[in-house]
Amino acid sequence: MSKLFSEANKAAFSNPLNLDNPVTVQVLGICSALAVTSQLEPAIVMGLSVTVITAFSNVIISLLRKTIPNRIRIIVQLVVVAALVTIVSQMLKAFAYDVSVQLSVYVGLIITNCILMGRLEAFAMQNAPWPSFLDGIGNGLGYAIILVIVGFVRELFGFGTLFGINIIPQSWYVSNGGWYMDNGMMVMPAMSLIIVGCVIWAHRSINKEAK
Amino acid sequence: MKALRKLFDNIKPLVEEGGKFHAFRSFVDGFETFAFVPNQTSRQGCVNIHDAIDSKRIMSFVVISLLPALFFGMYNVGYQNYAAAGTLADSTFWDLFIFGFLAVLPKILVSYIVGLGIEFVVAQWKNEEIQEGFLVSGILIPMIIPVNTPLWALALAVAFSVIIAKEIFGGTGMNIFNPALITRAFLFFSYPSVMTGDDNVWVAQESIFGFGNNLPDTFSAATPLGEASVGNAIPCETICNAITGLIPGSIGETSVIAIALGALLLLFTGVASWKTMLSVFVGGGLMGWLLEGVGGNQLEWWHHFVLGGFAFGAVFMATDPVTSARTECGKYFYGFLIGVVAVMVRVLNPGYPEGMMLAILLMNLFAPLIDYFVVQRNITMRAKRAIKK
Repeated sequence: MSKLFSEANKAAFSNPLNLDNPVTVQVLGICSALAVTSQLEPAIVMGLSVTVITAFSNVIISLLRKTIPNRIRIIVQLVVVAALVTIVSQMLKAFAYDVSVQLSVYVGLIITNCILMGRLEAFAMQNAPWPSFLDGIGNGLGYAIILVIVGFVRELFGFGTLFGINIIPQSWYVSNGGWYMDNGMMVMPAMSLIIVGCVIWAHRSINKEAK
Repeated sequence: MKALRKLFDNIKPLVEEGGKFHAFRSFVDGFETFAFVPNQTSRQGCVNIHDAIDSKRIMSFVVISLLPALFFGMYNVGYQNYAAAGTLADSTFWDLFIFGFLAVLPKILVSYIVGLGIEFVVAQWKNEEIQEGFLVSGILIPMIIPVNTPLWALALAVAFSVIIAKEIFGGTGMNIFNPALITRAFLFFSYPSVMTGDDNVWVAQESIFGFGNNLPDTFSAATPLGEASVGNAIPCETICNAITGLIPGSIGETSVIAIALGALLLLFTGVASWKTMLSVFVGGGLMGWLLEGVGGNQLEWWHHFVLGGFAFGAVFMATDPVTSARTECGKYFYGFLIGVVAVMVRVLNPGYPEGMMLAILLMNLFAPLIDYFVVQRNITMRAKRAIKK
């Protein structure tokens, strides 16, 4: 048991959550972070999908790592990822149809997410299945955290809601005689780039000493 | 003046390192250097080039040259309100001006308090001198927004632009984009209902301290550019009004005459570059003339100069020494492309009646590239000359 949760394994899981975060430190997966975060719910579903796919593709590639010929490894990795993406996409369509419509092509595009290929190349090809699994979960969750933060800010200020429930009182709005207006720029992808920038800023100033 | 000097001398020890009110050091320092030219001399043993005019004095010239447009804008705010209520004949000049003054003043205050507040906090935090760049931005911002912009939205936009467009890049002199235009862009994209369109945006609606008139909710006034973008012809007297400035529009940009007065002062003192200014008009005129020839557009080429923010942008925004191209040759290209893009957005994009803001922001982005090409060309030329010998 102690071997399962050794220091190295713990680090494989916890580093990507903070000090080696795939979005704020490695700046990977930015494209989908901009595209799906206008509301909180799709952001969470996207984060979880990426977590599941990264974890299991890491495990599969790690199991196969000694048999994959070096020259065609990228193709093998792609096949594994594509299979998993298809499974997740079908699951979403079956059990969470509304969200899968909102996410539209971006579930399919997980296959091009740099975090996945990065982890497969950098970690799963050299490590045993169990650390690879932890690494995949850690990176997926590290990505999901940022998506949730950005989604939270964008939905709250862009629509006045969280998970589709009104947070900002209706009586504040101009149309009801108040003074408040939703911020239209929060709905645009450009603003999520600025929010991701602010998150990176905060993250770096907190971790100044750690580097 | 002497009393002021004495006051500063008395306060100073309190805000020095270890003093009681050290937290206000940047604040006091900022106002002292605003009122008096700083008397520190450079350290011995190094070579410095020094100009008697520091950047605070340059900024003051820009603010002075903005005053005609600002005062006219205040008058025009009153004029539009009284004209819409139909009581223009019963009112005096001072009725109009005081109403406009009261309507515009809160915006100027909010802009300065929020912007300077952030600048002071940042200066204190980084232990630097207060930077003076916001002196101009703070007065520009209220002049390029509609009179009915909500104050909280304005405060938010000013905070956004000072932090994101300026302090992040290192403060005054380091910013890529013009902070005043970023403020407007933030408002424009965040709260489009209060920034464009023709319902209740451009004319002040409510009376203030007994001045002005309450207008009915259904009242609407379109700017001439808004009319042109939906394909309506512009009547001749509107163009005349656009030259004097008696049309609905953002507070400070309606009057070409008032802006021209400011432009003369800027050019006379050498604060703004005539190359940028001229080439904006050349570019805009040329593009307007081309598009007029193609048709599908109700504006003649010179109409673009007098409508909307074209003149204001060309004189006060494009010539911003920080964000414009810095090479002398590059200024021609920079200004020319601003004019071309502004007219292109106006005429070819029905969604945006006004293109000056977007054009200047776009060219702000390309200004370093233009400079790079100019410098590279110079290097190649000199290299060739050296090889020939």
